[in-house]
Amino acid sequence: MTPSMPSLSHTEHPSSQFCMELENVGISYGGNEAVRGVYMQIPRGKVTAFIGPSGCGKSTVLRALNRMNDLIEGCTLKGRVIFDGQDLYDPQVDAVEVRRRIGMVFQKPNPFPKSIYENIAFGARINGFRGDMDELVERSLRKAAIWDETKDKLKESGYALSGGQQQRLCIARAIAIEPEVILMDEPCSALDPISTLKIEEMMHELKKSYTIVIVTHNMQQAVRVSDMTGFFNVTAKADGDGKVGCLEEFAPTETIFNAPSQQATQDYVSGRFG
Amino acid sequence: MASTTTTTTSAFAGTSLRFKPSLPRNRWNSFFSAIAALFSLIAVLPLFLVLAYVLFKGGSLISTSLLTQLPPAPGLEGGGIGNAILGTVIVTLVASLIAIPVGVGGGIYLAEYSRGGWFAQFVRFGTNVLSGVPSIICGVFIYGLIVSTRVFFGQSYSAMAGGIALAVLMLPTVIKTTDEALKLVPQELRWGAIGIGASRFVTITRITLPAAFTPIATGVVLGIARAAGETAPLIFTALFSPFWPEGLFNPIATMSVLIFNFAIMPYEAQNALAWAASFVLVVMILAANLLARWLGRFARV
Repeated sequence: MTPSMPSLSHTEHPSSQFCMELENVGISYGGNEAVRGVYMQIPRGKVTAFIGPSGCGKSTVLRALNRMNDLIEGCTLKGRVIFDGQDLYDPQVDAVEVRRRIGMVFQKPNPFPKSIYENIAFGARINGFRGDMDELVERSLRKAAIWDETKDKLKESGYALSGGQQQRLCIARAIAIEPEVILMDEPCSALDPISTLKIEEMMHELKKSYTIVIVTHNMQQAVRVSDMTGFFNVTAKADGDGKVGCLEEFAPTETIFNAPSQQATQDYVSGRFG
Repeated sequence: MASTTTTTTSAFAGTSLRFKPSLPRNRWNSFFSAIAALFSLIAVLPLFLVLAYVLFKGGSLISTSLLTQLPPAPGLEGGGIGNAILGTVIVTLVASLIAIPVGVGGGIYLAEYSRGGWFAQFVRFGTNVLSGVPSIICGVFIYGLIVSTRVFFGQSYSAMAGGIALAVLMLPTVIKTTDEALKLVPQELRWGAIGIGASRFVTITRITLPAAFTPIATGVVLGIARAAGETAPLIFTALFSPFWPEGLFNPIATMSVLIFNFAIMPYEAQNALAWAASFVLVVMILAANLLARWLGRFARV
């Protein structure tokens, strides 16, 4: 189905099994520290899930991975985010270029007010795609498991779809720019269980070609889809008042849910939290 | 706990639930409803009176010659207001060509680029003040800036000067509606575009602006409608001319100034033309407002 995937070539590199590396990352909004001290190595071609209570900074860290935080005023990052051998926060790095290689899907489905076809074609076109657009649209929609539902109405508005279909359209839109990494910020939180199931099945297919990082509030979902899990927690600051998020534990999903090394992780995954 | 509940219910147990108009609260209620209805009627009354009166005085003169002929010389009969209609269209067009790019551009800056810094606050405040500046001040300003200095090829009064004066009047409306319309575009749409590698420029031109097109267009049409009816800024910028428009850099006739001039002339024919022009102008502005409403129907909720 996908004869030439640029991202496939990366998975063949045995030397770099890690797609992204975070080194002592701390993120603040204005003077407010949101998360600190995150070390993490996100493996290539796997699904990595971020779990944790609200306000622990998991979405913040996710958005730091493709510099979406740049859009939030006063948001600053300390530490290093290494992708493809480069620090994403190096002053010479172009954030637009970063986002072309690291796509993002948001919590709320946000199709553009355009036709289904144009929703997919838009990203590819602005990224200088010069090929068979019809073929790319079909391939992207197929990968997002929404081709059968949309093939007869490609000219209709993206808003005409149901919430779950819109979210898969947004995933197809992110796939169409052929990124290496797809970030998903609670992609199923606004969807019903059936749509959620479809997206989870799709993620199993997608991880063959892409590295996926997903934030989820649903621990069963993390178990079902992810290979690695990072548990974020909120802790009181040692040096004064207020709370700050931190990465409590980062390990294979099985370990996190069956034999976590931290007591807080054990409490959270078994529902004895707070 | 249980006993108090029972006593409270029993206090009202015997009373009927039927509506009693004679109760003081119900009387006051009807009284204030009636007052509010009366005042809202009074509020729309001027609109209908103006429309009816203008139609009564000027409607009978409506004919093709009114729309196509020049006004008569003082003392003569007949004629039309063709030059003023054309002049209003030209002056408004000049104003739109200046105010729309500047206003939409300014609105885009405020909503998309500024991030609410002191400069944006200053521009927003300035825009609000400008929208409250009396229109005659705009006229005097352009008179001092352009007409008396004869910057345009040594010409003093001109269609261009009139258009610029109207553009100053239109600017705040256009900036404000663009700013507000862009603010209504969901943030998620911008994220969606930026999240797949669109630059800020592409996001604005291809996603945000099209999504906000309808409210912006509505605001622009309302701004044009307001400017087209202005008299004060045109009296000493575009002046008036009894002839057909002679280019952008000569005095030009406009509907509002024609009404101002002809209504106070001691000639029957001119007075009648002023009424007819009032009618045509009101209809034009009404049509522009209806167009704005029609555009507004396309607004996505």
